[in-house]
Amino acid sequence: MKKKKPISENAAFAGFLASVGAIVLGLIFGYIMLIVFNPAFANVGIIKILSTGFSTKEKLAKVLYQAAPLMMTGLSVGFAMKTGLFNIGGSGQYLVGAFFALICGVVLKLPWYICLFASMLGGCFWGVFPGLFKSLFNVNEVITAIMFNWIGLFLVNLTLTNIPSALANFYGAATADRTANITAANPTALIPKVWLDKLFNSPYMNISFFIAAIIAVVIYIIIDKTVFGYELKACGFNQKASLYAGINAKRNVVFSMMIAGALSGIGGGIYYLCGTAQYSIIKVLPAMGFNGIPVALLASSNPLGIILSSLFISYIQVGGEALQPEYAKEIIDIIIACIIYLSALSVLMNEFITKMLKAKKEKKDNAALRQSAGASLEAVNAPKEEEK
Amino acid sequence: MRIAADLLGSTILFGVPLLLVALGGMFAERSGVINLALEGIMIIGALAGCLFLRSANLGGWGVNSPQTAMFIAIIIAGVIGAVFSLLLSFAAINLKANQTIGGTALNQFAPAFAVVLTWAIQGQGQTSITIPTWVRITQANFGFAQSASPGFFENLIFKSFYLTTPIAFILLIASYVILYKTKLGLRLRSCGEHPQAAASVGISVYKMRYIGTTISGFLGGIGGLAFTVAAGSGFQSTVAGYGFLALAVMIFGNWKPLSIFGASMFFAFFKVISSYSGSIPFLPKFENITNSSYIYQCIPYVVTMLVLIFTSKRSQAPLAEGQPYDKGQR
Repeated sequence: MKKKKPISENAAFAGFLASVGAIVLGLIFGYIMLIVFNPAFANVGIIKILSTGFSTKEKLAKVLYQAAPLMMTGLSVGFAMKTGLFNIGGSGQYLVGAFFALICGVVLKLPWYICLFASMLGGCFWGVFPGLFKSLFNVNEVITAIMFNWIGLFLVNLTLTNIPSALANFYGAATADRTANITAANPTALIPKVWLDKLFNSPYMNISFFIAAIIAVVIYIIIDKTVFGYELKACGFNQKASLYAGINAKRNVVFSMMIAGALSGIGGGIYYLCGTAQYSIIKVLPAMGFNGIPVALLASSNPLGIILSSLFISYIQVGGEALQPEYAKEIIDIIIACIIYLSALSVLMNEFITKMLKAKKEKKDNAALRQSAGASLEAVNAPKEEEK
Repeated sequence: MRIAADLLGSTILFGVPLLLVALGGMFAERSGVINLALEGIMIIGALAGCLFLRSANLGGWGVNSPQTAMFIAIIIAGVIGAVFSLLLSFAAINLKANQTIGGTALNQFAPAFAVVLTWAIQGQGQTSITIPTWVRITQANFGFAQSASPGFFENLIFKSFYLTTPIAFILLIASYVILYKTKLGLRLRSCGEHPQAAASVGISVYKMRYIGTTISGFLGGIGGLAFTVAAGSGFQSTVAGYGFLALAVMIFGNWKPLSIFGASMFFAFFKVISSYSGSIPFLPKFENITNSSYIYQCIPYVVTMLVLIFTSKRSQAPLAEGQPYDKGQR
């Protein structure tokens, strides 16, 4: 996204500006929250949010480590949204994906790439249901996805507690409330660290971020450069028109939910195959699935944008952890909520920005104003480097 | 018989929040706005109500007039829920934003805000607000002592009875009357079906949609408080997905108050069965499976899905739900 040329007509650029605007306003709102709740630490707090991620190599590794699964669930939500569906079932698909990966890794002792593939199949399997229910029975995909989030959670918990060799106590740990440590059970199932863990001096670092980024590029190509992706998008824009054009819309709904599910599933696999987190038998849905929604919204569902937005969300989350104990780290969720709310208004913001850019273009004819327009464009571009 | 009374009592106890919130969802959708923010509205309402109960308890006057305090708490929960829902209305109605996304934002905001606020009020790490025990209505409120061996009715009524239950039933009847027997209800429904037609006869679509979502916020807030007192372990910045369940209940109940009542009790019954599964004699126990209660926990969701399959073909969803109102459209 280099500046200069036909920038004012570029929709992606307007979307990008809208997102940056939402982020800035969200951070300002967060700062106000910090002042309200504990004025003495407000300045320290906002600096911590903004700088912790870059403060040390370990923190940066943490940012990348969390960004990978976030990117996957974000891609999942974004892909569904491009095809006109709202995938709120990321949590369930993420869990089932993680479950398949853990079974392959811990119980069947398969290598990591097969585990990751299994997690994809798991997520895909859980994504079929909202798609099928929508196309066969006309049940809103939001409701089905919510129901299947919980069904997934209970089934995964039920199955895992009944497979003794998957649990931590099978490998000598004291508790049975979580799955086995992969490092102890089957080191080949760990996603390779290559030399990255030494470079970053952190056990969190491995190639998962790069895997996720490659998948994002693949999804971008599928959506924007293939007939299949075009058909899916067409259904999202106008189902009736696409039916008229001979596209099998019902089948496409199922396909896009399956792909969305598969992406969330990989997210679950990537997270638990790092070896740093063990799946604990919990009764609440993992937040990672829901956090994909802001990631996708912030990027206007653009797969390449999702790479950046997942990094950003992960970055401020790492910053939020450093806020404790002066503040609850949930301040970050408030900021994220504010950003989503503002991106819900993105249509409005987009219109506003496009209008502004247009006005600028008209002004360009005026030679005297030319310089100032260029300068302010550069000023708006400047935060972009920081966000990365 | 004891278990039957327990089952029935808990069904009503857990059905009430579902009922209230689903009715709330119904008002919003009937006016044409999808209120996905119910989960968040519940949390904010419960937060406000519980904070009030807490201060009434600390002030010492709550214990003397418990049901007055509870009544005020219910009103506060409703009003704060309604105010919170204005954020959704503003985005969805005035700014024509995507309603699903706006709702998601509120859902993300509410639990985080609740945690931050409870921290700030109660001190670091204190994320749970205790609900005073005097909130429960007991035999003493009616002037007689608890009998030594409570019978069926005494068990049914007084084991877990809160002011939210009778109020919920009053609100159910009120919802029915408002929706079907008043001018407001007719206008509200017309805005959910065909806003342009409604506008053509002089109805303000914006106003109707604002009313719909605000009622929805009010009911959602009360529902949040009802859930928190029913759950019994204090306010913990979560309502365990009940807001979303209520949406399913609403669809299941076909956007009609009385069917929603049936649907919420049906759902609550299966939910309660899962937590009592160990002590109900005729249910299979799955002896050789660890944690078999997970099987029962799945049941309400699976049953809802099955019911939706059979009912969705003749679903009567409001035609214009989820679509921003565009004056120029025909």
